[in-house]
Amino acid sequence: MREIRLIDGIREAMQEEMRRDPNVYVYGEGIGPRGGNFNETLGMADEFGVRRLIDTPISELGFTGMAIGAALTGLRPIVDIMFWDFAYEVAGQLINQAARIHYMSNGQFSVPLVFRGVVGIGGGAAGHHSAVPYPMYAHFPGLKVVVPATPYDAKGLLKTAIRDNDPVLVFEHRGIYSLKGMVPDEEYTIPLGVAAVQREGSDVTIVALARMVQVALQAADALAREGVSVEVVDPRTLAPLDKETILASIRKTSRVLVVDEAYAPYGVGGEIAALAADEAFYYLDAPIKRLNTLSAPAPASAVLEAEMVPTVDKVVVAVRELMNQ
Amino acid sequence: MSGQAQSLLDLYRTMLTIRRFEERANALYMEGKIPSTLHLYIGQEAVATGVCAVLKRTDYVLSTHRPHGHAIAKGVAPRDIMAELYAKVTGCCKGKGGSMHAGDIRVGMPPAVAIVGGNAPIAAGMALACKFQKNGGVAVSFFGDGAANEGAVHEALNMAAIWSLPVVYVCENNLYGASTSFSTVFNIANVADRAPAYGIPGVIVDGNDVEAVREVAIEACARARAGAGPTLIEAKTYRLCGHSRSDPLTYRSKEEEAVWRARDPLVIAAQRLKERGEASDADLARVEAEVKAVIDEAVAFAETSPDPLATDALKHLFVGESA
Repeated sequence: MREIRLIDGIREAMQEEMRRDPNVYVYGEGIGPRGGNFNETLGMADEFGVRRLIDTPISELGFTGMAIGAALTGLRPIVDIMFWDFAYEVAGQLINQAARIHYMSNGQFSVPLVFRGVVGIGGGAAGHHSAVPYPMYAHFPGLKVVVPATPYDAKGLLKTAIRDNDPVLVFEHRGIYSLKGMVPDEEYTIPLGVAAVQREGSDVTIVALARMVQVALQAADALAREGVSVEVVDPRTLAPLDKETILASIRKTSRVLVVDEAYAPYGVGGEIAALAADEAFYYLDAPIKRLNTLSAPAPASAVLEAEMVPTVDKVVVAVRELMNQ
Repeated sequence: MSGQAQSLLDLYRTMLTIRRFEERANALYMEGKIPSTLHLYIGQEAVATGVCAVLKRTDYVLSTHRPHGHAIAKGVAPRDIMAELYAKVTGCCKGKGGSMHAGDIRVGMPPAVAIVGGNAPIAAGMALACKFQKNGGVAVSFFGDGAANEGAVHEALNMAAIWSLPVVYVCENNLYGASTSFSTVFNIANVADRAPAYGIPGVIVDGNDVEAVREVAIEACARARAGAGPTLIEAKTYRLCGHSRSDPLTYRSKEEEAVWRARDPLVIAAQRLKERGEASDADLARVEAEVKAVIDEAVAFAETSPDPLATDALKHLFVGESA
């Protein structure tokens, strides 16, 4: 085992898959010799050449459509959209084309595309560089949605995504790019649709994604000192969703809080609440709670930012409320 | 339909097949046998026919919400498209695509893209793959004058140009983006006038003259295959029918329609065949009868084909879940 940062896991996954399969290549703005906006492709142009690390014009709609066309024709493109905010300009190609071509053609054509970029509120990046839009994409049939929370998961899930024959969207939280964690020396992959129980507990289940897994784990430490045993479940992929692991935890603890940096309305928490109500209703000892970023654009001020996003303190308060019900 | 050099009579037969296919489809739609709507290609047959005559079976064609002509010209069997218009399980997309998403992998045609301008970057990507795979393939994007004002088309033309991709962009300028007249949404006379801005050739051709279309397509495809990059072809043509089946055609004059009706691509080709002595009236009548038999068979096939199974509604969402 060795320790790496999450961003290293992203880079290693792409490097390993590009060595394994000559049809894998990367598309994006500044991902060639510059090495990407977050050093995610640093050094890769030296190894694989600019033929496979294609610096594009600032034409997100166009180069995403191109990647779909290349995928239809047997290549395995990885699109680096940099910030997921920019993908709103591209959404038609992802939703109308990538997600639907396999079905509309009754399986004749497939789109083995990976589309990845950063999400997350922090550092005052404000309204156009802080998007957390994965619930929107998980809504659409035909797309797979990956939201890693650890270096181990980021690397193993991205390798699986690159090998997958369907469009896979990967949402990487910028706030945990430097998070360190252990990965095996040997090659490994992680299947899509398998949740990870990041901490075992017996009193309450916290379902959390991306950076919120770290927030939930810190809250769990604090709550343990109060005698509350918290189980933290990370779905890791929203589509497909590992319902069984989530339900098993809810049936064990009988209380559930969903902590998500995306907005609450029509989101992950609502989906998991519906799942719990449908399939674990009689196990519940308390109403299902959600803790989300407040419904407003991300602000620049650190004071406003802290007010908006779920924090360790907010999670602790929410769990105490759950335990008192 | 595509492949080795074709005679004008061969091209005429393809155009006639498209025309009769659509006339019959329109009648069947009016009878309520075909669902949704149809965007007919009547009047524009020379464009698809002339371009696809230059393509190999393995080359790619990207089409639009008006795809029947491109599909037939590229070699999709009329019976497979007719069954798709009926949304039957024997259709080229097994009833999941319908008229606006006709496609057939066997002839290099992905499901048609019914989002205006949406196919332009996809065509560039397919061309990029052809270049990477060094297979000599070409991708062709058909789009209308309306699509030319979409940002996706601009981005695709620029990227195809900077990377010298083997792609041919064929703008079928039929003078109306649905009901919006060309002159009200363009401050230039020709779509092809934009080509120099991308540093690529822009070629204007009479889109109702199938041989003229083929000539420019030969040059554009040769240029693409040689690694010299894309060409923007603007085929000046006219939709002799409405945009969709609900179009009252109130936005254009009867006089204008009459001018273009006199320039019907089938009429032009038939006259030329007879003038050159390449076909007699009897020959043309024989082609007409042969095409009628093909369409009759296509309709019978579609009508007698079963619907998809309701239990297949969720199949082919993902690769491998398609048993």
